[in-house]
Amino acid sequence: MHELGITQEIVSIVTENARGAQVKRVVLEIGKLTAIMPDAVAFCFEAITSGTVAEGATLDIIETPGCGRCRGCGGELVMNEPFAICDCGGVSFEWLSGKELQVREMELV
Amino acid sequence: MCDTCGCSDDNDIRMTNMQDGETVAVHRPEEDDGHEHGHSHGHHRETKTIRLEQQVLTKNDLLAERNRGWFIGRSILALNLVSSPGAGKTTLLERTIRDLAGRAAISVIEGDQESTNDAERIRSTGCPVVQINTGAACHLDAHMISHALGELQPSVHSIVMIENVGNLVCPSMFDLGEKSKVLIVSVTEGEDKPLKYPYMFQASELVILNKTDLLPYLDFDVDKFAACTHQVNPDAQILQVSATKGNGMEAWYEWVIQGTTGKFSRSVSM
Repeated sequence: MHELGITQEIVSIVTENARGAQVKRVVLEIGKLTAIMPDAVAFCFEAITSGTVAEGATLDIIETPGCGRCRGCGGELVMNEPFAICDCGGVSFEWLSGKELQVREMELV
Repeated sequence: MCDTCGCSDDNDIRMTNMQDGETVAVHRPEEDDGHEHGHSHGHHRETKTIRLEQQVLTKNDLLAERNRGWFIGRSILALNLVSSPGAGKTTLLERTIRDLAGRAAISVIEGDQESTNDAERIRSTGCPVVQINTGAACHLDAHMISHALGELQPSVHSIVMIENVGNLVCPSMFDLGEKSKVLIVSVTEGEDKPLKYPYMFQASELVILNKTDLLPYLDFDVDKFAACTHQVNPDAQILQVSATKGNGMEAWYEWVIQGTTGKFSRSVSM
C-alpha cells in the first residue's frame, strides 16, 4: 500500500504551501501508468488530513491517459498498461503521458 | 533531532547496527505538519488558488540523488535487490558474499518490515550489515538509506547491496540512489509475473531467475518467462541461477564486477 506514503507526501506538500491557511480544494494529477490507485489516495487523504489545515478539503484527481510512441515505427498508442505491442511488432516505447504524479494546484480560504 | 537531516517526529522505522547491536529510531524529515495554530482563519472569506505543479516524489528523488553522489564520490557500486517475499534474495546474497570474498568488499543494508533474522544470516558471513525495519512502510526509501549509510560507513571501492522489502509493487517507485535495481524471481512463481507486475520489471536492469535446480519438478516455462519479461522490458538482461546449488552464479558475479568497473568510468566522465 504505497499510496499511504504517497498521500503523506501530497499532504505534506499541501500543508507546507498553505502556510497556516485553510485548504478548500486540492487538484492532483495521477497518470494511468504510475501504479497508483486514485481511490486509495482519496481514502488515505481523508484520514491523513484529519486535524490539519487540509481537513475537509475536496480532492480532485485528474487521471491522465497513458500514451506512448513506438521506437520502431514512430506510431502513437493509447496504453492502459505500461507495456503494449505496436502494430509493427515493436515493444519499446517513449512515454508521452501517463507517468504524471503531481500536486497541480490548491484553493485556500 | 538527528544530525543527518534534522528529522524528529515519531514513526515505526527502526535501524539496527548488527555490529554493535544498537537499535535506533529513524524519523521522517522534519517539516511543517500543517496542524492548526490555535487561531482562526475564518475572517478570510475569499478563496485563493495557488498553482503548485509540484512532483509528489520530489523529496525522495532529491535524497536519492544525494545518495547517488555519495556512492559515486566513494567509487561504491550500490545495487537495489528487489523481489516478492521468498524469492531467495538473502540466500543469493549469502552465497555472493562468500564466493566474492577476496574479490570484492561487500556490505549490506537489509530491509524488512519486522525482525533482524535476515541481517543475522548476513552477519554470520562476516559481512558488515545494517537492518532497517520499516514498520508500517512497504518499501525502503532514500531517507532510510541515507541514515543506514551513516551507520554502515562502507569503505571506498566497495559494493553496497541493498536488500529491499519483499514486495513487487511499491519499491519500484522509490529511487534509493542505487546504480541498478536487480530483480530476483524464483521458478516457483508464475511465468507471467512480468505481465502482472510490469512496473518492477521495467525498473530493473537485471532479472535473476532463481531456484533453477527445481525446474525438473515444475511446469515453469523459462522461454515463456523470458518472452514476458522482454515484452515489458526489452532491455532487461536475464540470468538463470540456483543460489543454493551455485549453478549460474559466476555470470552474476561477472555482472557485479563489471558494474564496479563501469562506475569508475562514470565518475571520471562527470
